Amino acid sequence: MHKHIFKKYPAKDKSNLIALLQAVQEIYGYLPEGALQEVSDFVGLPLSRVYGVATFYNQFRLTPLGEIVIRVCRGTACHVCNSANILFTLETNLGITAGQTTRDKRFTLETVACIGACSIAPVITINDEYHGKVTVKEIPNILKKYNVQKQNPEKKAGVK
Amino acid sequence: MVELTINKIKVNAEEGMTILDAAKSAGIAVPTLCHMKNLFPTGACRICSVEVEGQRGLIPSCAYPVYEGMVVDTNSPRVRKARKTIVELLIENHPQDCLICVRNKNCELQDMSAHYGVREHRYAGESKDHAIDISSPSMERDPAKCILCGRCVRVCNEIQQVGAIDFTKRGFQSIVTTPYNKGLNISDCILCGQCILVCPTAALREKGQLKEVASALNNKNKFVIAQIAPAVRASLGEEYNMPLGTDVTGQLVTGLKRLGFKRVFDTNFAADLTIMEEATELVNRVTNNKPLPMFTSCCPGWVKYIEHRKPELLQHVSTCKSPHEMEGAILKTYYAKKIGIDPKDIVVVSIMPCTVKKFESSRPELSEEYMPDVDAVLTTRELVRFFNMAGVDFVDLPGSEFDNPLGESTGAAIIFGTSGGVMEAAIRTAYNMLTGKELEKLEFEEIRGLEGIKELSLTINGLKLNFAVVNGIGNVAKVLEEVENGTSKYHFVEVMACPGGCINGGGQPIHQKHEKVIKRIKALYEIDTKMIHRKSHENEAVKTLYKEFFGEPNSEKAHEILHTHYKSRKK
Ligand code: SF4
Ligand code: SF4
Ligand code: SF4
Ligand code: FES
Ligand code: FES
Repeated sequence: MHKHIFKKYPAKDKSNLIALLQAVQEIYGYLPEGALQEVSDFVGLPLSRVYGVATFYNQFRLTPLGEIVIRVCRGTACHVCNSANILFTLETNLGITAGQTTRDKRFTLETVACIGACSIAPVITINDEYHGKVTVKEIPNILKKYNVQKQNPEKKAGVK
Repeated sequence: MVELTINKIKVNAEEGMTILDAAKSAGIAVPTLCHMKNLFPTGACRICSVEVEGQRGLIPSCAYPVYEGMVVDTNSPRVRKARKTIVELLIENHPQDCLICVRNKNCELQDMSAHYGVREHRYAGESKDHAIDISSPSMERDPAKCILCGRCVRVCNEIQQVGAIDFTKRGFQSIVTTPYNKGLNISDCILCGQCILVCPTAALREKGQLKEVASALNNKNKFVIAQIAPAVRASLGEEYNMPLGTDVTGQLVTGLKRLGFKRVFDTNFAADLTIMEEATELVNRVTNNKPLPMFTSCCPGWVKYIEHRKPELLQHVSTCKSPHEMEGAILKTYYAKKIGIDPKDIVVVSIMPCTVKKFESSRPELSEEYMPDVDAVLTTRELVRFFNMAGVDFVDLPGSEFDNPLGESTGAAIIFGTSGGVMEAAIRTAYNMLTGKELEKLEFEEIRGLEGIKELSLTINGLKLNFAVVNGIGNVAKVLEEVENGTSKYHFVEVMACPGGCINGGGQPIHQKHEKVIKRIKALYEIDTKMIHRKSHENEAVKTLYKEFFGEPNSEKAHEILHTHYKSRKK
């Protein structure tokens, strides 16, 4: 599905790494592991370097987005209005931590910097819908609209 | 030449020299963390900062060249304060468990804390929390102890050119790890441990096997045997502050006996045996038009590398097991029978300069009837810990001789520990196999030393043979490429993953003294010249082994016990 992107660039040229990663993400909405390996072979950099670059920039995702993307603003104004608790409540309700997607691929939870709606802080967005002056209490109700059942928290990622 | 002033001392320095080197030449020590000799400076850690007259900010001395009339202060209150702050920040984001750390008393972070007089915790805050990667049989990664100096990344990428680990994420989240933070065992890391040797802390370390070994020694029903690799005897003394390159063979044997090993054998015996098998295999390949060049197989790091990268070329790798695996295999077959002990009760412990050998000994191919040839591998460093724990006062130990018959060896075997040694040993014997005569001159200077690729051509019996020695896995890619596209002119290629060979293996004493490799190598060549026998085919015990057990090199039985096969690990 992404093979054609390699035609546009010369092989073994490290300077095209970012452009290639962007092209892959354009196609899939994230960077699948297999594609990352192919990019690594194509530009002639170790996979560890390519992975390092992909995780350095916020623009790249390593997991697919869920159908519903919830973003919690962690900007200053929202922070002052307790966005940390909002985030925590969403995490416990969805059973994932920020940056993750639920196993059923329905929800992705992310944090963002100020989204320019400070006057209604704290703010979350669900897909492209804004929810201002959110309280911890009303989160279950908001989520109910999207049919969330409380899930078991996923184990902390890491190597064992 | 330029003249500059450092701490009010006039210093003459070469043009292009860094402030750091100029200071060093004047006997002024400047601390460094990210700096690595012979590699391009990154200026990442700033611990080497100094004050330069006319410059507003502090200057990283490792990355800044000197100029005429420069005035440098490496020891101003401002510099000292900056350094101390850097160290304090590093310490606050670091586990506070020096007392129970494997690098206690050999840690650059500890040293810096001591040097800069850090006496309180001023910046208590969130500190990172990462799982320890214990997935590999050879090494552990403990990212919580990582101070992000980047030395491991640079060794792995720029020297070894494996590229198994790198910086990922950024800021506080930043962590040096494998792709997808997966375990080392499923990455294409070759476990050479070169990164351990440069790590200032315990963030990278070997997977210890002392407990298993100690419990085997405590088990009355087990007959525990040690074998020692050549490189260990030329480096272990460093841990006791002996001069670089001190040969401690005799003490090692005594020390191991005191730890309770029933027999102490020399891996060099099996090195001679390896030469008999490998030289025969080479002669066979050359005369029967089999795949050439043939690559050596003594280095499991190199074997793992080719299994990951170019499994298509595996038929070029000699099928010989590595020497300590051969030694183990013989101990559990021939020797067990000879002394009338059930091989299941024999425990073989290899004392190695190498971290990969731990992984190697866990390979299922390297076993006899479901018994591993080698049961445990201790690195040089682990053995020192064992001695200390057991109260063995190594420095004052009297020397003793290896046990027999698997303790006898030649000068050809001792040089296995250095890059070029296996090749030189093989040539000494292959010459005899091809001509029936003996070489007059045994030393081949062309393939000694620290160059990346060393070449030698010899005409033996009218046949021109081209040999190459690849010193450090970072130099192997070009050779493999030539083999792949059919342009390689070589017949026989030695590859050692560690720069300098096993003498600089990932299990060796850790310190940043630069002459260590050269001095240790010199010690091995000196032992060689002092030996009565210097060619593997003159090893009497090996001859007896063939007579009593294997028949001849590459016999069916030899193939069964002394040879192995490989597998693709390509993803
Ligand atoms: S052990 Fe060798 S290959 Fe593995 S990360 Fe360290 S330097 Fe790289
Ligand atoms: S693991 Fe060790 S060598 Fe590598 S960056 Fe961390 S502290 Fe430095
Ligand atoms: S060169 Fe020696 S120490 Fe280094 S990986 Fe190979 S066998 Fe081990
Ligand atoms: S800080 Fe949250 S919208 Fe501005
Ligand atoms: S040693 Fe100079 S910046 Fe790190």
